[in-house]
Order: sequence, then structure tokens, then C-alpha cells
Amino acid sequence: MHDIRKIDLQEGILDQNDHIAEHVREHMSDHGILVVNEMGAPGVGKTTTLKNIFKHMSLKPYVIEGDIESDLDTVDLKNLGVEAHQINTYGACHLDAPMIEHATHHIPFDEPGIMFIENIGNLVCPAEFTIGEHVLMLVSTVTEGSDKPYKYPLAFEKADIIILNKVDLIPYLDFDEDFYMKGIRALNKDVPVFKVSGRTGEGFEEVAAWLEAKANALEVHEHHHEEPDHHYE
Amino acid sequence: MHELPITQHIIELADKHCRDNNGSRVVKVNLVIGDYSGYVGESVQMYFDVISEGTLCEGAKCEIEHVEPKTRCTRCGRLFKRQLLSFECPYCGGEGEPTDIGKEFYIDSIEIE
Repeated sequence: MHDIRKIDLQEGILDQNDHIAEHVREHMSDHGILVVNEMGAPGVGKTTTLKNIFKHMSLKPYVIEGDIESDLDTVDLKNLGVEAHQINTYGACHLDAPMIEHATHHIPFDEPGIMFIENIGNLVCPAEFTIGEHVLMLVSTVTEGSDKPYKYPLAFEKADIIILNKVDLIPYLDFDEDFYMKGIRALNKDVPVFKVSGRTGEGFEEVAAWLEAKANALEVHEHHHEEPDHHYE
Repeated sequence: MHELPITQHIIELADKHCRDNNGSRVVKVNLVIGDYSGYVGESVQMYFDVISEGTLCEGAKCEIEHVEPKTRCTRCGRLFKRQLLSFECPYCGGEGEPTDIGKEFYIDSIEIE
């Protein structure tokens, strides 16, 4: 009988993914690119949201489209003149950091801007994987129902910005906005929530302005040579 | 579904640490998985048995410690398990906020010989 030895590890299983994500984030910051990880259930209007945001952007948009199969959204965006790159996961339910690192090598980042990564339509798995984003943008809709923050807390807890889409349909639904907001505030005290309609285009100007302010405030990852501080109090 | 690639990764990590410690095989892998980690322990276990074949983990036991998610009351500070569709504290009626308890997902230890 061999001796059995116990090796203590306490090693995070996602550490490697997180490490690569950090690398992507720094690399993109150096290029002056804000990375936005867009997540939401299937059919919430993720591509439509992007198209509406682009109408109000002065910075250059870049897109990575994540889909289980097909490149319909990418073709759609390319037809609009947007720099778009497709990732097909063929069954996998989320994008991970190595996929994004690989994809970024195929995109020519010729000027500062915002790179939107449209994650796989899913409200569960994408929330668990950081993929190098500066901003996690959650697209939620009034048609999904006001109980979603309670049922999918992680996505709402981790979001840096929440889009509430399809608000033009509110008159036809029993959407309880107070209950919805109460859930969000319990999970995420300060997250901005923007009410929009992909159909009428309302609300996206504010979303674009919020994202561009974030992009303009990006800190380039470099080693500063500290100047002596002359501002003595 | 997404437990498959992650289980593959768990086996790779266990194999690596086994070799680094001059072990000949992994007898047991002890995982800690919070219920809010998004990973289903039973799925990890199922995949583990199938895909560990031919690795140092073949035949190893995969033991999973589950962690129940806890919400913290912003008023009285107590930890509680939240009820469906509510964040209300059962002790004082205050509002609960999320904690990291229940989001664990790591290899606690491996046992090798």
C-alpha cells in the first residue's frame, strides 16, 4: 500500500481564465479601446441595441459577435460598415477569455474606440466568466418580466450598466417596474439603468454618452515616472 | 453543458500538481463549489469519471463540498438564506445584499500516492 499524501491547493478553477482576461483588458486599454461585454437572454435585442448605440457614437465601434452557430449578426453589422468579427462556439453557452484573446488578433485596432463583445444569448453562464471587459452591459427587457433580478441575481449583481429594452411595450404588459428596480437595488446599489426601445430608438443617446464617457476616461496602462508633487497644502 | 470543459481543466490541474509532487496517481480531488458559482457539482462528478480515463486522475474520487449562498442584511448585519423573489432579512425586515458566500469554485486539495 502506497502512502497517500494530501496537497493543499485552494486554487481557483477559473484563475487561468481570469488571468488571460486581465491580459486582454490591459492590452485593449493600451490601444485606447474600452471593452464592453454585452450579455442578455436570447431575443432581448442585443444586436439591435448595438446598432442603436452606434447611431449616437463618435468613437469607432468594434464588434465581436458570439453565437452558437451562424454569422447572421456579423454580416448584418458588416453591411453597416462596422468592424465585426464572428466567434461560433458550436454548443458552448458562453464566451471565455482565451476565445476573446484569439479574436482580438484578427481585428485591426487602428484607432481608439469601443469594442463590444456580444456574448451568447444566455442570462446564466456569461455572468460567471470575465472575458477582458471594462464594462459588463446587461440587456434586459420588460417582456421577460420584472422578477428577473430575483431569479438571475448574478447577472444583475455584476452588471456595470443595465439596459431595460422594449419599454414601448409597457402599456401592453404587467411589468412591475418598482419590483424590478427594488431587486436591482438590493443587488447593485449604483448601477445605472437606462430605459430604451430598440424599435423607436429612444434612450440610446444616453447609453452611448455613458459608454463614451467611460471610454474617454480609460487609463492607459503604462509606467508613469512620477513627477515630484509641487502642490503642497 | 459547460461543466465539460471546466472538468477537463480540473483534471489537468490535478494531474499537474500530482506530477509536481512526484505522485504516481491522484486518489481524490476535493472541490468546493458554491451553489451560485453556476456549476453543478453532479455534472462535474459525472464528467470527471468519464474524461479522467487515461489521466493520473483515472479512478480518483471527486469529492464536492457544496456551499449554500448567503445574503447579508444591510441593517442588522446577519447572514441569511434568501427567500424566492425577495431580499428581505427574516430577522429584522431589512434589505439584504449579496455576499461572496456561495460563489466558491476552487480545488481545495488533492490526495495523491
